[in-house]
Amino acid sequence: MKTFLIPAPLRLASVVAVMLGVAAPAMAQHHDHSQPATQETPEQDDHAHHDHGAMSQAASAAITAAPREPIPAITADDMAAAFPAIDHHAMQHAPAFNHKVTFNRLEAWDADEGTGQAWEGSAWFGTDTDRLWLRSEGERMGRHTESADLEVLYGRSVSPWWDVVAGVKHDFKPGDARSWAAFGVQGMAPYRFEVSATAYVGEGGQVAANVEAEYTLRITNRLILQPLVELDIAAKDDPNYGVGRGISGIEAGLRLRYEVTRRFAPYIGVVHERALGDTADLRRDEGEATRDTRVVAGVRVWF
Amino acid sequence: MNHDESTPGRLGAFRPTRRQFVTGLATGSVALGLGLARMPASAGTPARRGGAALVTGTNFALSIGAMPIDITGRMRPAITVNNSLPAPTLRWREGDTVTVRVSNRLRDMTSIHWHGILLPSNMDGVPGLSFNGIAPGETFQYRFQLKQSGTYWYHSHSLFQEQAGLYGALIIDPRDPPPYHHDREHVVLLSDWTDLDPAALYRRMKKMPEHDNYYQRTLVDFMRDAKRDGLAETVEDRGMWGRMRMTPTDISDINAHTYTYLVNGAAPAGNWTGLFKPGEKVLLRFINGSAMTYFDVRIPGLKMTVVAADGQYIHPVSVDEFRIAVAETFDVIVEPQGQDAFTIFAQDMGRTGHARGTLAVRDGLEAPIPSRDPRPLLTMADMGHDMGGHGTQKGMEGGCGAMMGEGGCGANMGAMDHGAHGATSNAPNHPTSEAGNPLVDMQSSASEPKLDDPGIGLRDNGRQVLTYGAMRSLFDDPDGREPGRTVELHLTGHMEKFAWSFDGIPFASADPLRLKYGERMRIVLVNDTMMQHPIHLHGVWSDLEDADGAFQLRKHTIDMPPGTRRSYRVRADALGRWAFHCHLLYHMEAGMMREVRIEA
Repeated sequence: MKTFLIPAPLRLASVVAVMLGVAAPAMAQHHDHSQPATQETPEQDDHAHHDHGAMSQAASAAITAAPREPIPAITADDMAAAFPAIDHHAMQHAPAFNHKVTFNRLEAWDADEGTGQAWEGSAWFGTDTDRLWLRSEGERMGRHTESADLEVLYGRSVSPWWDVVAGVKHDFKPGDARSWAAFGVQGMAPYRFEVSATAYVGEGGQVAANVEAEYTLRITNRLILQPLVELDIAAKDDPNYGVGRGISGIEAGLRLRYEVTRRFAPYIGVVHERALGDTADLRRDEGEATRDTRVVAGVRVWF
Repeated sequence: MNHDESTPGRLGAFRPTRRQFVTGLATGSVALGLGLARMPASAGTPARRGGAALVTGTNFALSIGAMPIDITGRMRPAITVNNSLPAPTLRWREGDTVTVRVSNRLRDMTSIHWHGILLPSNMDGVPGLSFNGIAPGETFQYRFQLKQSGTYWYHSHSLFQEQAGLYGALIIDPRDPPPYHHDREHVVLLSDWTDLDPAALYRRMKKMPEHDNYYQRTLVDFMRDAKRDGLAETVEDRGMWGRMRMTPTDISDINAHTYTYLVNGAAPAGNWTGLFKPGEKVLLRFINGSAMTYFDVRIPGLKMTVVAADGQYIHPVSVDEFRIAVAETFDVIVEPQGQDAFTIFAQDMGRTGHARGTLAVRDGLEAPIPSRDPRPLLTMADMGHDMGGHGTQKGMEGGCGAMMGEGGCGANMGAMDHGAHGATSNAPNHPTSEAGNPLVDMQSSASEPKLDDPGIGLRDNGRQVLTYGAMRSLFDDPDGREPGRTVELHLTGHMEKFAWSFDGIPFASADPLRLKYGERMRIVLVNDTMMQHPIHLHGVWSDLEDADGAFQLRKHTIDMPPGTRRSYRVRADALGRWAFHCHLLYHMEAGMMREVRIEA
């Protein structure tokens, strides 16, 4: 803490100052204030002035004023110690690839036809910006699978809050299995709504879309209400699958979960499903119900 | 437990477990043997209770190994040095050339970095920059001359080993007597311990960064606030945060739901005790060796005189409390008398837990443990979104929040020109690499040095709290030159992705920051995140500037609260490749790091 009192640097400063006439006044200041030189305004101005002229960094800065503690000359040993021949990949890094598997809904309910079960889950594998997404949803009634699909998508972040996704969707049920090309966006809208919107183009030229929005409403930090709305849209009639043109169905759910841990949260909920428009007509023609309300119980887990 | 009304029942059914988890069971540091270290008596160093072994001299042998230890009541794997957690306290002497032989008994590569020590680059201990690391079964010899004195620490620079226990105190005695008198001294090494595998904890952060935030605002809070502040104001406040998709309770990423806080390796129940005789001046060397935890430290009943920061003498400052960022060190002098015992109380910045030790006239004494302060809420002003208001939460009218990370909040907000000097102009000039960057979820719109701000949760608490503004090096700028150029870097991140970076560019894809040997340059940091980051530059000092751009305080780690813009001078007098990073371990690993290359 006293090294700067050593006269050597000051001598050096003087030498430099003499050599470079321009800096002499500034150096003189240094001499005058060689002790606890609380920065005085004139000196500061002087320096600032020099700075502006010295846009091109290091060397010029050294010229502007010599350091109180001299910069040691570089020796060969210094160079060897500074830039040793080493493996520049020796640094280990935390994994850039990560993953998360979430079963947002794993639930069951009692119905006239027996016990129903449903699942909805998603998983991602990848980096912060590029991810492989798996999404799956399905429903069973009694021992019969009513609907089941799996989407395999590549997702890329295009903004802090939005990913675009593209890939394929495979419907195992209802009816005969079929595949779609899928394109969409997903992410977090303002106010922290989790939103996804996906368009599907089927093998036979069908075009459909699905829009889903979900919200996390904390009653307490462990008791959490999760409202969810999902819309299905079809661009044209698809009578083989009981789907009519327009908004074909809507599902709204309200689930109340208790986070025993972050990863494990049992819930109860109520779900209302309704067929709309031409789809509802088709269902009525088939003698099926067009609306259904059920009370569900399940768990939400992730790992 | 200090419940606060804003989160009814937050611990719910888990309270008994939590209590045990927070207070822990360990009764002292884990020092199971002295290994290869020799341990001569140290003149002038009184007996300690708990704490790591003390080794002095110029030749040292450190053996890094893995062993199970019990901090919380369960045996969990830890990384130890000479079978000790924390690692032995090394006591060196300014001017000596020390030789440290470090052998690796782990199955993984390891390393030791001497934090804040001026040395040749190949002795700095950062794999891939200074050396190849120490392979299993190998011994690496560190050898360098000590050009400084003071309180420092050392730790692994390999992946998450520091979190697992590889950290210890490092004290360098000065050649000349210090500018203060003391009769005895104790190291107070604060740290955070987790029973989890640190790599698993990192993976958890990537999956669910808000895992430990059990303090988010709820419907219950909403109703309380609506009653207190009116419905419209409450809706507006929630809307502001909602549009940003952020939460004002994000004070720290990982808290006491995961961590147990330690003093010299002892959990609160272990009550590390440092002895004193009434009337003595006791020097306490505080070191924050945590992976992720900021501590607010006080000793109820005692004034603390801070005499050094990051190992370097300062003009003495008398305070009741100080916040210590990760990797910082503060030397404080206390004069305990009138009581047989005083509690050293270190609550985490998020107010979720505490570390605790005792100063006492003999072993086995305790003093009352204060309850934790109420949890703070971040305000828009904290985050650099003040639009000329006074820190009220009304700063965001006009939907600025909705634009966060998607185009920025307009550089014209709160623009004030304080002149040419680095840190004072608060009009943001964000790097182009931040624009539209998916890894940047926020930009500050009006940042300031805030050197006189005690910080979030410490304002107006009735105690005298240390600030950066109150500290001034005991010496003048040892270099004296005005910086020849200025490099501005923004601290950036994405809360939901747990992605961290400088200027939106993570370490993996960033070019080195190149300095010319001998130059004096200025680094300006702007915090564009809502978190607080301690930024550490290896190899050279970080000479903090005051609000007018003049030399103020020599440090090795510069704390950057949200919404701040701070500048410091760097004298590039150490050739080589140096690490420059956020010292929150998981932020560094998630990308908030650069190489600084000082070239001839």
